[in-house]
Amino acid sequence: MKAAAFEYTRPATIAEACAQLVASGGMAKPMAGGQSFGPMLNLRLVQPESVVDLNALAGFNGVRDEGRAMVIGAGVTHAAIEDGRVADPTCGLLPQVAANIAYRAVRNRGTLGGSLAHADPAADWVNTMLLIDAVYLIEGPSGRREVASGDFMQAAFSTALADDEILSGVRIAKCGPGTQFGYYKFCRKVGEFAEAIGAVLLDPSRGVRRAVIGATAGAPHLVQNIAAVLAGDSAAIAAEVRAAGCDEPYEFQMHAVALQRALAQARA
Amino acid sequence: MNQSDVAHLAGGIGAQGVGASVPRKEDRRLMAGQGQFVGDLRLAGMWDVAFARSPIAHGVLAGIEKPGGREAAVFTMDDLPGVKPIRAVSSLAGFKPSDQWPLARGKVRQVGELIAACIAPTRAQAEDLAQAVYADIEELPAVVDMRDARLAPPALVHEEWGDNLFLESFVDDDIAALANAPIKLTRHIRTARQCMSPLEGRGVVCQWDSRLDQLTMWSSAQMVHVNRQGLAECLGLDQGQIRVISPDVGGGFGYKGILLPEEIVLAYLTMKLKRPLRWIEDRREQLIANANCREHDYDITVYAERDGRLLGIDCEATVDSGAYSSYPFSACLEAAQVTSILPGPYKMERFRCKTWAVATNKPPSLPYRGVARTGVCFALELMIDAIGRATGIEPIEVRLRNVVQADEMPYDNITKKHFDSGDYPRVLNMARQAIGLDAVRARQKAGAADGRRIGVGFAVFCEQAAHGTSVYFGWGVPIVPGHEQCRARLTADGVLELAIGAHSHGQGMETTMAQVANQVLGIAISKVRLSHGDTDKSPFSTGTWGSRSMVMSGGAVAAACKEMAKRVRQIAAKLLDCDAAALRLSDGQVFEGDAARMSLADVAHVWHRAPQLLPADIDPAGLEVIAGYKAGRDTGTFSYACHAVVVAVDTELGAVEILDYAIAEDGGVLVNPMVVDGQIIGGTAQGIGTALYEEMPFDENGQPLASTLADYMLPGAPEVPSIRIAHIETPSPYTEFGQKGIGEGGAIAPPAAIANAINDALSDLGVEISESPMSPKRLLAALAAARAGAAA
Repeated sequence: MKAAAFEYTRPATIAEACAQLVASGGMAKPMAGGQSFGPMLNLRLVQPESVVDLNALAGFNGVRDEGRAMVIGAGVTHAAIEDGRVADPTCGLLPQVAANIAYRAVRNRGTLGGSLAHADPAADWVNTMLLIDAVYLIEGPSGRREVASGDFMQAAFSTALADDEILSGVRIAKCGPGTQFGYYKFCRKVGEFAEAIGAVLLDPSRGVRRAVIGATAGAPHLVQNIAAVLAGDSAAIAAEVRAAGCDEPYEFQMHAVALQRALAQARA
Repeated sequence: MNQSDVAHLAGGIGAQGVGASVPRKEDRRLMAGQGQFVGDLRLAGMWDVAFARSPIAHGVLAGIEKPGGREAAVFTMDDLPGVKPIRAVSSLAGFKPSDQWPLARGKVRQVGELIAACIAPTRAQAEDLAQAVYADIEELPAVVDMRDARLAPPALVHEEWGDNLFLESFVDDDIAALANAPIKLTRHIRTARQCMSPLEGRGVVCQWDSRLDQLTMWSSAQMVHVNRQGLAECLGLDQGQIRVISPDVGGGFGYKGILLPEEIVLAYLTMKLKRPLRWIEDRREQLIANANCREHDYDITVYAERDGRLLGIDCEATVDSGAYSSYPFSACLEAAQVTSILPGPYKMERFRCKTWAVATNKPPSLPYRGVARTGVCFALELMIDAIGRATGIEPIEVRLRNVVQADEMPYDNITKKHFDSGDYPRVLNMARQAIGLDAVRARQKAGAADGRRIGVGFAVFCEQAAHGTSVYFGWGVPIVPGHEQCRARLTADGVLELAIGAHSHGQGMETTMAQVANQVLGIAISKVRLSHGDTDKSPFSTGTWGSRSMVMSGGAVAAACKEMAKRVRQIAAKLLDCDAAALRLSDGQVFEGDAARMSLADVAHVWHRAPQLLPADIDPAGLEVIAGYKAGRDTGTFSYACHAVVVAVDTELGAVEILDYAIAEDGGVLVNPMVVDGQIIGGTAQGIGTALYEEMPFDENGQPLASTLADYMLPGAPEVPSIRIAHIETPSPYTEFGQKGIGEGGAIAPPAAIANAINDALSDLGVEISESPMSPKRLLAALAAARAGAAA
């Protein structure tokens, strides 16, 4: 199938992009890497009047060191993270996750911000950002705002972004010495979206202990009873998996196993 | 100058004949992105066609509203007066044919059925129109499950039939005589509906030529003459008014042997509008509407002795044939084949089998590489392993005790299939050795370090190929293969032009047919050009299907080259003033004794450009040959193979990893062993898809649930292991060089071998999987059911 006709703009600044989104009255869609958006256009699942291409925005694919944290631009590609072309504040977690997203051709064009704004529950970054408690940096016609990691993704394919807002990047705290993590995703085959994701981050220097259950029907689930889960309490793990919405036996089994395997990786 | 020319100058062209693994000639363009597919054609003034398709699986088509103001660019069946429906008949008793209108008329019977054709300068604009077409459909209950369709039909797909059965077939036997057999095992086995997925989908471009009063259709097709025949029947044209050209084709697998409604619509509209039109199938159309296949259901019982000896099979099989009987193979082929091929390579005393080809509100089920064999092999080979488990005998031993033995060949089996040659036990033992069965058993006892369970599985099959007249006239379908022909011409500069009616869509025939020519004529393969896939240029043929091309067209090329050799020697004998019988052809030269006297080009030059040198009594037929071929016995060749696989099963996630894969195969004399290996590897990759990934599910309303490749899962490079292949070559006694058809075998055995390996890995947990694909969800469900059963 081929996309329905649309206008195409390629603004140079975020202000310009936001102005175009406002002017469209909700009929424009911003596009970053286009790896999900392109097929959706072709399948006519989306038929926007115009597409605002964000790839020429100044600083969109930049990285900023803020001392205890780093800001990674929304336009940074998965491949740039995989290859270490942007500094990694997470002691290896981000490059490892990036390297296992889809296929290299997708990673060359697909972006961190595009994936987050698309908010596919089975994608890697929405789960990873919750795990590392990233702060979402959003710009819109009324200025900038920041959204906490747990508040950004609201449901499958639904985020805190308004139609005229743009995700400009994420702020990620630097992990300290002794950081350990586990990230287990189960895919039917190499490069496919995940059936289940389990992720664990332990950073003793900052006292961070977090775990995430992802690739569910909705937003990723941040493990609440982290102490019991880390202790391997199977009842606690089961409760968290159910809290993530995975009641159906098959869903339950895969998500429980993914979390347990991530725990084992983090302990190794 | 290429390598073979250098070798030629050096005094020999090297081994290029039958048996040489020469690199493929066509790869020079195909591997460099220089291939020419239907989608690469650009004709002046060409417009695109997009189809409005039914969103409903079953309903009465009460009306169609065209988009206002654009009525002239939208066509429904009412705009195609005189066009007949596709009607693929079979003469088998009781077969009920269907009328498949190119655009829906009266009813829709599947999601994706064509409702209107929309034309515009670009595909996107044509899709805009298609999106604006409104079809008023009064929905009827959808017939989705094949058993329901037969036993408790929610509706009738074709009301006039009175039931939902295209065909019932029955082979009866006195199975009650086996009632006291010590081993009696019954299973329910199912294979999922699949979608054939060649890299290139279908595609059609049509152009009207008023000078020739002829329609030219470029179609991504594997049987151009059959397309022409079907088009002429539906459009009411003389066959001469249609020329079908199939350019480079990116995989066929059976899907491209089918006459499509889209082809008829484009042909009609091109003639009506006198404008070139194009339709390029996209993956969504292919998945939801077109390329479906493989959905079988078996209630099967096997009877055996305690020593594993098979006594008989009793089977009831249902095949979901979908909404229509497709042209030319019809809806009879798949189900009726089950009845005749279920016994596989085994001997037995009794065989009873009843099959139903059932109509449902799903796309027609089309013949896919291996056709019914993949399902049949799955059903039977799972039962052989079940006998192994029930008797405590290694499953490979059960096979060895039951296959036809080498000294019994040729062998007429219980369904009167005539196995031409082979040593089945030897191939089984080769596979056993290649996979290292004893080492795998030792490894299983030790257990895998990562907690996964190791299993080993085998599957053996024999594959009838190149079936001829005697097999096909009985089906009574629109094609019956007879003699196969080749046209050959030696040009003035010594190039051999060959034209055949088979078509290569990945098989490498430009190379392998040239190797046949080299074998007979001694001509360098670089000097051979193959013309195929064009009804104007090639002799009539039913085309490429049923693994027949190397046997049939290869035989025809050999026949034409033999005749050409005779004529070359006659001319050379006149010129050299010697006896033609004293001359032989080799290395592109005419030899008298050990002396090269003149080249093929020298001979051809005289015929074409210096006829004054020829005596008056020269054969006027010259260097243009048409020769025909039929195998010595036309019941088909029987290649066979044993696949052996080792898997690791993750019982927590239901994931299966293939650790090792080995194949032992006998395809008779191999014309190009490297091409054969490519065929086997490609087929095996597809078989792995059948085993573990590919599934086209439907909901209760007949809506297809896998409409993109994100949902319809195909194996990729990481999912296909390195496959080790060992050959033996038992010549077929009935073919030109002893070659056998081998094009489909790779896709037949993998689901059975992999299922057997999984069941081997899980047998001590009481798990026996019997449905493909063996997805994590199915495996986890089977594991949970076994646990529940053990607890109960």
